[in-house]
Amino acid sequence: MNKLINFFKSFLLLELLKGMSVTGRYFFARHITVEYPEEKTPQSFRFRGLHAQRRYPNGEERCIGCKLCEAVCPALAIKIEVAERDDGSRRTTQYDIDLVKCIFCGFCEESCPVDAIVETRIYEYHGENRGDLYYTKEMLLAVGDKHEAQIAKDRAADAKYR
Amino acid sequence: MMELLQTVQQAGLDLLGPVWLPVWTAIKIMVIVLPIMGGVAYLTLAERKILGFMQVRPGPNRVGYWGLLQPVADGLKLLMKEVIIPTNSNKFLFLAAPVLALAPALAAWAVIPFDDGMILANVNAGLLYLLAMTSLGVYGIIIAGWASNSKYAFLGALRSAAQIVSYELAMGFALVCVLLAAQSMNLGDIVRGQQNGIDLFGVKLTGVFGWYLIPLFPMFVVYFLAGVAETNRAPFDLAEDESAIVAGFHTEYSGMGFALFFLAEYANMMLIAALTSVMFLGGWLNPFHGWPVLGAVTDLVPGLLWMLGKMSVMLFIFLWFRATFPRYRYDQLMRLGWKVFIPLTLVWVVVIAAWMQTPYWLW
Repeated sequence: MNKLINFFKSFLLLELLKGMSVTGRYFFARHITVEYPEEKTPQSFRFRGLHAQRRYPNGEERCIGCKLCEAVCPALAIKIEVAERDDGSRRTTQYDIDLVKCIFCGFCEESCPVDAIVETRIYEYHGENRGDLYYTKEMLLAVGDKHEAQIAKDRAADAKYR
Repeated sequence: MMELLQTVQQAGLDLLGPVWLPVWTAIKIMVIVLPIMGGVAYLTLAERKILGFMQVRPGPNRVGYWGLLQPVADGLKLLMKEVIIPTNSNKFLFLAAPVLALAPALAAWAVIPFDDGMILANVNAGLLYLLAMTSLGVYGIIIAGWASNSKYAFLGALRSAAQIVSYELAMGFALVCVLLAAQSMNLGDIVRGQQNGIDLFGVKLTGVFGWYLIPLFPMFVVYFLAGVAETNRAPFDLAEDESAIVAGFHTEYSGMGFALFFLAEYANMMLIAALTSVMFLGGWLNPFHGWPVLGAVTDLVPGLLWMLGKMSVMLFIFLWFRATFPRYRYDQLMRLGWKVFIPLTLVWVVVIAAWMQTPYWLW
């Protein structure tokens, strides 16, 4: 008897029609694609994009050259040289991030005692030549200067979870 | 419409004399082939759009408004690509194969009636001609697989050959049922056989009730599924099974060679859709003919549009299948062809033949 029922079930293509009804229903469903250049997905304030170096409100750079980020970086993408500045404070003379090596794990940001190195929400950048993605201290500071308002806002939003 | 054609024909005959006939035929061929090519181009877009919608994504929408220029971009890309001929291939056969695949797919359109009298060659054995032409298409595939001298192409060709041989039979038997019902092999007469409607115990039912779809429904299903298998479309696309044998018979083809196979596949799809419409869905006939009010209104729509509309529906089902079903395994494919379709069609031929001898045959 079971055999007979199965025979008619397969013979009448019931399962196949069921499948087609599913695809048929989805044919009329609203598509969920985010059409990128026109539409963008919402970002978290913890988004880990392009790096930036921050400054204090008085214009002094935050980084004190403790090299914690260099030590923690799993991809060995950070290179730091430190020297004493004329006013006797400890500052970096070189702070490079090779974005080709970087895996955007956020450990540098996490380890920084003065919130100097941060990752911003910027993800639309590119390099056209070899070395274009090797960011030096000046470039990182420039990114920070340009987006300081957004960076500060994101840090403030995240502060209560830390 | 017909008078206009008559006038053109007469004027041409007066102007050119005996040379007119080939010229006139060439014009008619162009009038049929060019829209088919355009149709193929936009069928590819329709396919990508429909697959996209069924997968809850928009499909191509970058080239032109709503992606409407996508087929043009695709065509240009294929035209400009280099045609690579493998070193170990048989050059002549390698280049001849795409042509052999496309030519029968286009030649078969000669006997398709688009409207009453709108037919290139009103052949009395139209059905036989069609069966011959649709089976010839497989030679292109087999030769392509053989000439490529590549194991994947060869496997694809072998699969395709075996598949088409198995499904040709079921297709043929399904058509025998149509032939029995229509008492004619002329496609125009087959359509005309569906226009009278039926007389169900004194109630006159016209329009859609007169179609062979109703008495031959199982054959309609078998014919269409065999047609899907015949054109190597999903879920029967084992000949180009990309997950197992790269791209099957056209693995080694690039540029225009590949484009011709593509054209042939889609032209064949349209052909199967046209045939299904003619045999089972009343070709150019209005499905509401003779119905109160609706019939009178819809009778204003020209037959050509009904025909194209029916073809579009069948083509949509082709794409719907592709969006829904996973590919058959090879032995399942063979089982379906030999153990299900052929016995079913054989039985139904007998059923129809017997039914036609009784007074209960209404069509």
